[in-house]
Amino acid sequence: MTILLEGAPLAPPKREALRRTIADLFSSPFNAIVTVIVAGLIAAGLWAFLRWAILDAAWSGGAEACRAHSGACWPFVRANAQLMVFGVYPQDLLWRPALSLALMAGLIVASMIPRFWSLSLALGWVAVPAAVCLLLSGALVGPRVSTNEWGGLPLTLLVWMIAFAGAFVVATPLALARRSDMGGLRTAAVAVIELVRGVPMLVALYVSRFIVPMTAPGVEVNLFVSVETALILFVASYLAEIIRAGLQALPRGQAEAAAALGLGYWRTMQLVLLPQALRAVIPALVNLGIGVLLSTPLVAVIGMTDFLSAVREAASHEQDWPGCFTTAYFVAGLAFFSICFVASRYSRWLERHIRADGHA
Amino acid sequence: MPDLNARDIPRHDRPAIEFVGVHKWYGDFHVLRDIRLAVDPGERVVVCGPSGSGKSTLIRCVNRLEEHQKGAIRVHGLELTASAAQIDRVRREVGMVFQQFNLFPHLTALENCALAPVWAAGVKRREAEERAHALLAKVKIADQAHKYPSQLSGGQQQRVAIARALCMNPKIMLFDEPTSALDPEMVKEVLDTMTALAGEGMTMIVVTHEMGFARRVADKVVFMDDGEVVETGEPEEFFTAPRHDRARQFLGQLLR
Ligand SMILES: Nc1ncnc2c1ncn2[C@@H]1O[C@H](COP(=O)(O)OP(=O)(O)O)[C@@H](O)[C@H]1O
Ligand SMILES: [Mg+2]
Repeated sequence: MTILLEGAPLAPPKREALRRTIADLFSSPFNAIVTVIVAGLIAAGLWAFLRWAILDAAWSGGAEACRAHSGACWPFVRANAQLMVFGVYPQDLLWRPALSLALMAGLIVASMIPRFWSLSLALGWVAVPAAVCLLLSGALVGPRVSTNEWGGLPLTLLVWMIAFAGAFVVATPLALARRSDMGGLRTAAVAVIELVRGVPMLVALYVSRFIVPMTAPGVEVNLFVSVETALILFVASYLAEIIRAGLQALPRGQAEAAAALGLGYWRTMQLVLLPQALRAVIPALVNLGIGVLLSTPLVAVIGMTDFLSAVREAASHEQDWPGCFTTAYFVAGLAFFSICFVASRYSRWLERHIRADGHA
Repeated sequence: MPDLNARDIPRHDRPAIEFVGVHKWYGDFHVLRDIRLAVDPGERVVVCGPSGSGKSTLIRCVNRLEEHQKGAIRVHGLELTASAAQIDRVRREVGMVFQQFNLFPHLTALENCALAPVWAAGVKRREAEERAHALLAKVKIADQAHKYPSQLSGGQQQRVAIARALCMNPKIMLFDEPTSALDPEMVKEVLDTMTALAGEGMTMIVVTHEMGFARRVADKVVFMDDGEVVETGEPEEFFTAPRHDRARQFLGQLLR
């Protein structure tokens, strides 16, 4: 902190802000007391965490080591990493979910680079989930694996990816219908959007899994299909409103210029309005994506072994691995947090990157 | 500089644009009242009048950005009706340039120009881009072809907008106050582009208050007030001796 004391000529605004913040925190006796108490609580929390995660944690050995330490049980994570990441997928075929994970991660990373935004990338969002489904099910090579045995992080990502990609397909026409001149169409779109948005995701999952199949007795509906149907509709109802807002914000002159050039309704949408509208709502899209990812563990209630269920499954060996419960959930939380943190930083970067020159 | 007064442009008996007793309402508001107007092929018409008099509405009816409720509008004999196919045919003949440019901000100048030829007229991409390059060169911004609108000045954007409209090979061009949103030093470059276009025999309707341009280029000046065409005449005659009080008043304000 010598820079602060000696005064760094290069960073006066930062120093000034810090000085003002400190002044604010101690601006009155009451504020000073609150500041001290809060600082104490934060320090205590950090200390407790430090002890749990490092000082009192078991770092090597096996279950006995964890019994001997009161903190985190890291050997458990090493021993159960496979179960936590891949769920109950057959042991001898783990290359399939591993390859799936790599494919999906690759697509997501590619999607984050504006230079790659093109039709082929959109096709990638169809091709990769399809390939992963074929891979996991064993439809192409090797023994079949039922969707009930799919699990872990690949499943969570796959569920999320299909829900999001599918939602775009459903939400775009919904948003257009909602803005349509045709009253009946508009009313129908509003009804669908408001109905689905008025329902918690849990209810959507239950309805899709248990109520809908009742209307067709004898037909066995695949668990995966039930989950995706519910999620796609659910996400689409929110997405449609985001897309509509993006379209609404465009100046009228854009549609008029396109019309004057002889572009029809669909071409105008495809080439002029939607590309601009979607760019304008990227932060909202990323937010929705994070929200959906954080909601995916709900699919466990209708029997899917997603990433969090796999972790829970692993953490149920508390009597063998003392301390593993907390450790396992800490790891799961960290995984979700990391993904969302990166996503939100990315969203902010992207917003600035696009704003800077008015296009991507 | 071509001689703009040379009357060697072929005339047909059929007007390029024809308004026959056209009325339009916005709800209760009577915005166009009994418009009768004919524009010959190759003719350059300047429309002027006070703000809110219906000038924009008038030219926006020509390519059906606005719908009229009574009377008939014909473009090269094609009547504008609710028929989408008919509207399409008319729009293929008519290019439009807007006050706010309305370029597509997510596309480069070149892409702005090539978009409609490829997707609305079915021209091959290579060919469309060649033509776009040629027209950008014609409006003297060939070197800016790969820039986005936000990287161009107002005058450059408006010239791209003109090139974009020309890429569809229109026979008629409509201009709605093309220089009103420009900084003064950029007005000239846009007016020069339009003057050159007029020299090639393009049929033009230009809503503008640029009286110098009107005097140099227009064959006919149409003065509108309160939704009506109050006076039509040759530019020299209109500017030196307007027949109607309202026109005199308007010109008085303009010159002051
Ligand atoms: N979409 C609309 N709804 C209602 N009134 C309108 C609309 N567009 C224009 N007007 C009104 O019609 C009149 C003529 O508008 P406009 O043709 O834009 O005038 P000008 O171009 O001569 O300034 C104005 O009074 C304006 O307020
Ligand atoms: Mg106007």
